[in-house]
Amino acid sequence: MDVNSLAPLLVAVPLASAAVLLLLGRRSDRWGHWLGLLASTAAFVVGALLLVELLGRPADQRSVDVHLFDWISAGRFDLSAGLLVDPLSLTFVLLVTFVGSLIHLYSVAYMAHDAARRRFFAYLNLFVAAMLLLVLADSYLLLFVGWEGVGLASYLLIGFWNHRTPYAVAAKKAFVANRVGDLGLLIALMLMLATFGAVDFASVSAGIDGGLASTATLTAMGLLLLLAACGKSAQFPLQSWLGDAMAGPTPVSALIHAATMVTAGVYLIVRSAPVFEGAPTAQLVVTIVGAITLVFGAIVGCAKDDIKKALAASTMSQIGYMVLAAGLGPVGYAFAIFHLVTHGFFKAGMFLGAGSVMHGMDDQTDMRRFGALRRYMVVTWVTLGLGWLAILGIPPFSGFWSKDKIIESAFVVPEVGGEWRAWLFGAVALIGAGITAFYMSRLFFMTFHGKKRWTRDADGHEPHPHESPALMTIPMIVLAVGSAGLGFVLQAGGFTTWLEPVTGHVEHHEPVLPVLVIQVVTLLAVVVGLALAWRQYASLPVPETAPEGSALTRAARVDLYQDAVNDAVLVEPGRHLTRSLVYGDRTAVDGAFTGLGRLTVGIGELVRRVQTGYARQYAATMLLGLVVLAAVVLVPRI
Amino acid sequence: MTFTVPEIAWAPLAPVLIVLGAAVVGVLVEAFVPRRVRRPVQLGLTLAALAGAVVAVALLWDEVADTGGTDVLGGSLLVDGPTLVLWATTAVLALLAVLVVADRTSTGEDAFAPQGAAVPGSGYEEAARAAGLQQTEVYPLVLFATGGMLIFPATGDLLTLFVALEVLSLPLYLLTGLSRRRRLLSQEASMKYFLLGSFASALLLFGIALLYGFSGSLRYAEIADAVRTVGGMDGLLLAGSLLVLAGLLFKVGAVPFHSWTPDVYQGAPTPITGLMAACTKVAAFGALVRVMYTVVPDLRWDLEPVLWTVAIATMAVGTVVALVQTDIKRVLAYSSIAHAGFVLTGVVALVQSGITAVLFYLLAYGAATVGAFGIVSLVRERGAVRPGARTGAGAAARVPALASAGSTADVVGTGAGAGAAAAAEDRAGVGTGAGAGPAGADADGEEPPVEATGPVLGEATHLSQWAGLGRTNPVLATTFALFLLSFAGIPLTAGFTGKFAVFSAAVEGGAWPLAVVGVVASAAAAFFYVRIIVLMFFTSPHGGPRDDADEEARPGAVVVTSQGFAVVAIAACAALTILLGVLPGPVLDAVAGVAQLLP
Repeated sequence: MDVNSLAPLLVAVPLASAAVLLLLGRRSDRWGHWLGLLASTAAFVVGALLLVELLGRPADQRSVDVHLFDWISAGRFDLSAGLLVDPLSLTFVLLVTFVGSLIHLYSVAYMAHDAARRRFFAYLNLFVAAMLLLVLADSYLLLFVGWEGVGLASYLLIGFWNHRTPYAVAAKKAFVANRVGDLGLLIALMLMLATFGAVDFASVSAGIDGGLASTATLTAMGLLLLLAACGKSAQFPLQSWLGDAMAGPTPVSALIHAATMVTAGVYLIVRSAPVFEGAPTAQLVVTIVGAITLVFGAIVGCAKDDIKKALAASTMSQIGYMVLAAGLGPVGYAFAIFHLVTHGFFKAGMFLGAGSVMHGMDDQTDMRRFGALRRYMVVTWVTLGLGWLAILGIPPFSGFWSKDKIIESAFVVPEVGGEWRAWLFGAVALIGAGITAFYMSRLFFMTFHGKKRWTRDADGHEPHPHESPALMTIPMIVLAVGSAGLGFVLQAGGFTTWLEPVTGHVEHHEPVLPVLVIQVVTLLAVVVGLALAWRQYASLPVPETAPEGSALTRAARVDLYQDAVNDAVLVEPGRHLTRSLVYGDRTAVDGAFTGLGRLTVGIGELVRRVQTGYARQYAATMLLGLVVLAAVVLVPRI
Repeated sequence: MTFTVPEIAWAPLAPVLIVLGAAVVGVLVEAFVPRRVRRPVQLGLTLAALAGAVVAVALLWDEVADTGGTDVLGGSLLVDGPTLVLWATTAVLALLAVLVVADRTSTGEDAFAPQGAAVPGSGYEEAARAAGLQQTEVYPLVLFATGGMLIFPATGDLLTLFVALEVLSLPLYLLTGLSRRRRLLSQEASMKYFLLGSFASALLLFGIALLYGFSGSLRYAEIADAVRTVGGMDGLLLAGSLLVLAGLLFKVGAVPFHSWTPDVYQGAPTPITGLMAACTKVAAFGALVRVMYTVVPDLRWDLEPVLWTVAIATMAVGTVVALVQTDIKRVLAYSSIAHAGFVLTGVVALVQSGITAVLFYLLAYGAATVGAFGIVSLVRERGAVRPGARTGAGAAARVPALASAGSTADVVGTGAGAGAAAAAEDRAGVGTGAGAGPAGADADGEEPPVEATGPVLGEATHLSQWAGLGRTNPVLATTFALFLLSFAGIPLTAGFTGKFAVFSAAVEGGAWPLAVVGVVASAAAAFFYVRIIVLMFFTSPHGGPRDDADEEARPGAVVVTSQGFAVVAIAACAALTILLGVLPGPVLDAVAGVAQLLP
């Protein structure tokens, strides 16, 4: 088996499984979830085989373009659909299929009581297929197909319980926010087509090297791609959908809205490195967006009482780190992806842990109603705890290896731009780490430590927290092992070197502060955050209703007024605009159109009177026509 | 005087020989094979011959693609790339059309009169029907027509052109008159087709004579040489070319030679309409392209205004008049006129890419056409059962229904004077259905139809009868919608690719005003295609466009089950329509690779 025959299977197998599950309908209810799990696992096995194949090659031959078929051919524009298997895409493939398979397994138990479990697995498979297409595509256009595919799957899964209106609304919100980003990608595509006459990665890169695009064009392209990334990865200012997206079943939050889909924006930026290399301004904007989101998410995370929303805010903030790193250029690409992988593990693990807690607590999500759960759910406590240590960046857990590198890179003076950038972004990343430590510890302590704050239901039903079944705990354990050790393993195994064929080799740059100092200060910030959280949420009692809090807390609870701003700036004017457009359309456009239609029909009525049915008249028409035509030919001659 | 035996290369002739040979064998089958097995034998023979022709074309392909083709029979047949493409297209479309022709549906009756010679509505006809007679001559006739269609675009001399025209036309005149239902309408159509066709043949022949007088030759290539060298006889040349073009434009159904199209398409048995609309158009456009590209280029300054006029008029008339039709077959007929106009823009372009575009368009249009008429042939109307006749659903009820179908058409025909049953619609705005179609119900009196219990009658061709078909028969209606979308040129269907190709060719050839008119006409045409889709899917049965008082009397539509043949044909057409729309690349490349005409 070689790469050419294996790679298409990655997309085809989950897609076929999704099709089978959707087409067979209820007939596959009994075994559908196992088929879904099997398809996902099969994709992982294929990915692993590809990894072995690629590792067996010298580093400069690890990029294979698999031609699938000629897709679009119009004039000068030829596009073939193909898959690009290289270290970057394969990293994503393994992350998506490995974490994806674990989450499939988890869902078998988590969704066991849901009547529509088969449909859920069909959507999950659809998501896996689309995500793999996204990362394997060898052109922006095919990437766009995957991009839309994951958007669709995400929409379907957020609104999986769409009989509850708020959930359906959340799904719609995610979809709309994504559309704004997609528009950016589409325009970027058109811009590429106009500039380079092609949209595959190789041609775009070659075109930029060949000087086909001005810096202004590249900047526009970069900003549009950033817009796309912002939509998909919930970055400022398009981040508002992610919190609401937690309406979906928890495995979905773990897979799509923590580990994989939301990181697609980071992938896009890293994949578009040639564009951003040629557009320093766009690159700077990427860094700024990352920095803003990082702090933004962290602040929101401190105020949320809903365990899933707190995790979502944390995801937003962590992706902010990745985007920040990706904006730093080649210095940061490898670390962005590194952090993406470790984050995929520990954040998925924590979401599954949260799901396990909810499972044991009758779907309660308010952390103020938890407390002291560590005695009742030991496995969940330990696994979530490992994830917590990882995200805090405590050595030697996963997060330390990746996040610390990002903070160090942020402190490096960039090639273009002044020293102030290193200080600013470095400081933001460092402070972010401290806040992260505070809100993640808050989540952890409020849930597992302190006193019981469980409440009865309306019908007096007392929650009986219990450990989840093995099908759920096994994936959590596996992910927890990854949270603990993956960072070190990848670091020792030379993960950044493995990515070098894609991200480029970079000489080591010294940060403005010695590395040791940065590490110590970061750790200090983390410890301070942790200690504050311990004092506030473990030793002191936690009020069951949230105190009013400071102005900042109140603002953070409502996502720093992002929704209000969106409403005021976009939704209301948009509504007025559509209303006036509809009015204009009804009166002017429709009126003109109807008039035209009436006129045409009138002419038609007239002409059809010629069609009398008399053969003699038909013959006369022919003769007359012939005479007219002859006149047309001969008259100019005379 | 010595006679040298001409060297004949038989191999390149194989597709034509197979089809015509099978036709001759078919005539013998009629004479010698027992009646019981005649139909299966004829059907097998016909399908085998057409499939054989396709295979023969495939075998010839590589050689022709390499060498550019050969002229056979001293130049009477030019077996070059376009010829092969047209042969393949014609044979494939004819094959699919024959499948529709062969389908007897669940009613057990095919679309043809049990005894063509019987007087409509006579006792003799009823006896023939009761005896289960059938006209299996249909199959050899189709093969003869197809043979003519194969020669028509391939020939390089005017006399063969004329002979081929007659070979393809005469069987079609006959087939047009063989409809089982609405026989008077069918015979009237046949008569009109024959008269007008003869008129057009005469024009063509006259043109040939003039061109011969001008150049002293019948070969296209030699006439083209003469155009460059001979001076002073422009009158002959121009008149001759114009008349030849008129003859060809008649066959493609271009304005002002289009008036036969709606009446004939409506009157002919629907499967034959599909064959005519698809294959005849392919053959006629093939011949037109060859004449245009080999003879006319040096005359383009003289003939261009004519061709532009014709193309614009054809698009405009086809589109505008289609808007006001109420009969599905007439809508499709006018749509075919509009399509002739679209193809003409590609022909008129007179650039190399125009040939590719036209060839592709014909395939795309032909596939959708055969499929669409195939579906029309399955949508039938049911006669009403009178409340008293409890056992009337059987043979007893069918007899009066069938007879009255003939006699009512007769009444209306004579009543309107000059036997213009078809005219009734266009003149008075009453659907032709009123003239003949729902005759069974009309004749049964004024009682409203009892819901779908009576015997299955002829085709439900009035648009109002198609209302709500999407709810009762979603698959069929969706497929029909697909064909309509392809006609309208919606992306991801074959029609879009075809339109795109011809309009690009027109722009490339400097005929951008034609392309503009074409795009506008397509937009207007989309209206009536979409209207049918809306009718099928979003209107409840009997909620369609009500026009007149006879609405109440029009029976509802029912879809009969195919024996399988028609389903295969329709499915193949649908697959082709989607395939050519989604992945047109390979076909376009293959056609473009061989689209070089031999002089």
